[in-house]
Amino acid sequence: MLTELWNDAEGGFHPASAPDFLPETALKQVQLRRLRAVVSLAYDNVALFRARLEERGLTPDSIQRLEDIQQLPFTVKADLRDTYPFGLFATPMSDVVRLHASSGTTGKPIVVAYTREDVGVWSEVMARTLACCGLHRGDILQNAFGYGLFTGGLGAHYGAEALGATVVPISGGNSDRQIMLIRDFGVSALCCTPSYFTYLIERAAELGVDLRALPLRAGIFGAEPWTDGMRDHIEAAAGIKAYDIYGLSEIIGPGVASECSAQQGLHIFEDHFYPEIIDPETGETLPDGEEGELVLTTLSKKAMPMIRYRTRDITSLISEPCACGRTIRRMRRIGRRSDDMFIIRGVNVFPSQVEAALLAVEGTLPHYQIILTRDQGLDQMSVEVEVTPEVFSDKIRALEDVRARLAKAIEHILGIRVGLRLVEPRSIPRSEGKAKRVIDRR
Amino acid sequence: MKLQQLSLFLENRPGRLGAPLETIAKAGINILTLSLADTAQFGILRLIVREWDKAKQVLDDAGWVVNLTEVVAVDVLDRPGGLAEALAVLEGAGLNIEYMYAFSVRRGDKAILIFRFEDPDRAIQVLLEKGLHVVDGDELLSVVSC
Repeated sequence: MLTELWNDAEGGFHPASAPDFLPETALKQVQLRRLRAVVSLAYDNVALFRARLEERGLTPDSIQRLEDIQQLPFTVKADLRDTYPFGLFATPMSDVVRLHASSGTTGKPIVVAYTREDVGVWSEVMARTLACCGLHRGDILQNAFGYGLFTGGLGAHYGAEALGATVVPISGGNSDRQIMLIRDFGVSALCCTPSYFTYLIERAAELGVDLRALPLRAGIFGAEPWTDGMRDHIEAAAGIKAYDIYGLSEIIGPGVASECSAQQGLHIFEDHFYPEIIDPETGETLPDGEEGELVLTTLSKKAMPMIRYRTRDITSLISEPCACGRTIRRMRRIGRRSDDMFIIRGVNVFPSQVEAALLAVEGTLPHYQIILTRDQGLDQMSVEVEVTPEVFSDKIRALEDVRARLAKAIEHILGIRVGLRLVEPRSIPRSEGKAKRVIDRR
Repeated sequence: MKLQQLSLFLENRPGRLGAPLETIAKAGINILTLSLADTAQFGILRLIVREWDKAKQVLDDAGWVVNLTEVVAVDVLDRPGGLAEALAVLEGAGLNIEYMYAFSVRRGDKAILIFRFEDPDRAIQVLLEKGLHVVDGDELLSVVSC
């Protein structure tokens, strides 16, 4: 089967994808060998990690089986901030060929490092991601992820080159130019955030460009949670297949997991990133199929190994075989993050719940924004929804009905009363990166 | 016999009415009449203009949500009870009025009213049967000087 697939360029298979098809026992051997090596590397070179192991009376030799990983301490985002900038590096600076950093909107940015070998692994897993999405040599990928300190742009870029595809390194923004190049270059695949792509769909229509009539056939979307309803909208409006990909800077950037043609969960590149699901409250490891917080361990990274990193992303692992033939496990699409959640009048709310309610009423997802305020000590939640030509009517009563239906659908899902305002089209700011869904003015 | 009315969604906050009106003014389109329906949160601006297709285009291009609706213009005697008599005819025929507003010009001893019916074709038929005068587009445009 393997050799057959190796030659199946049309199916997007690439030699780098071979580990995606390893038998379970072989995969586990690779994982254990790499886990022992990465724990040793971190123990020998990262003071914080060594101290935490010593506190627990552990040494790298404590890891004899894969399950032993459960004894190891978690790493959290605050660890990266506390050791800013280079405190978690395991290799000398002379071996580091690249630095990336988060935007640092909540204070100090977090910094991540790569050796030449790490960049090679990253290119490989991104090539596997793109192969999962059906890309191959001969494809033209327009890369609208931001280039620079953000990992999205360069991660996708190196991956596409490793795959042998042609990259158009346009980065984010400049939407009219994006649309012109999609058309003029015959771009076959595009990667960006899903919210930016919905904006490009809108803009293309305004410019009189029918994306469905162009060779564009795949959209590779990541960096923010999105819903199946949004996928349906994108696929219908642009005539493409929309794939969800997953990654985070702390682990490597994009290239941690990807959907395949089955679009039933994201394959985790388990030979490089060991996944666990934990109960976010107790920290206890949960079995496959149960929902909890995703914890990842880098199995091959040299410059900055991450051991049991708590991602804050809520998902579950799928161990059933996938229709695409890949043997590596999948995780369910991430609809919510434990830090995306806001609490209003004691109720936990995720923006994706509001999104689902709006979709159920309108069929397609309108642009929306959630505004949180406090009035006389009481939390208020208001959802602003842009009026679309589909719901607009010349009759006040009909518009009031739409407003009431939307408000009711949200109240039904959240169990709390919310305000709902219909607003003019394009009055909610568009984003070229992650959409800002919640404005908290409390 | 029907007229094309443009409807536009507006947020109910200061300055929102000016922007679309400026857009059609720039395109050299004169407004024959308008009505503004509002709630605390939003309003609907309804416009009758001569070049409705061009007006729709420029408003669409400027990013407004614009609908076209068919409405019916009827003239009634411009004296006390004129409107009430016309309404009695409509009621008698079981025609439901979604909304209505008055046209700004007088025509001899008549005033022109704009009605929005669920089924404008049937409304026109009934109005004619009952001897009311339905003002069609050309006639309306010849009445107004602009």
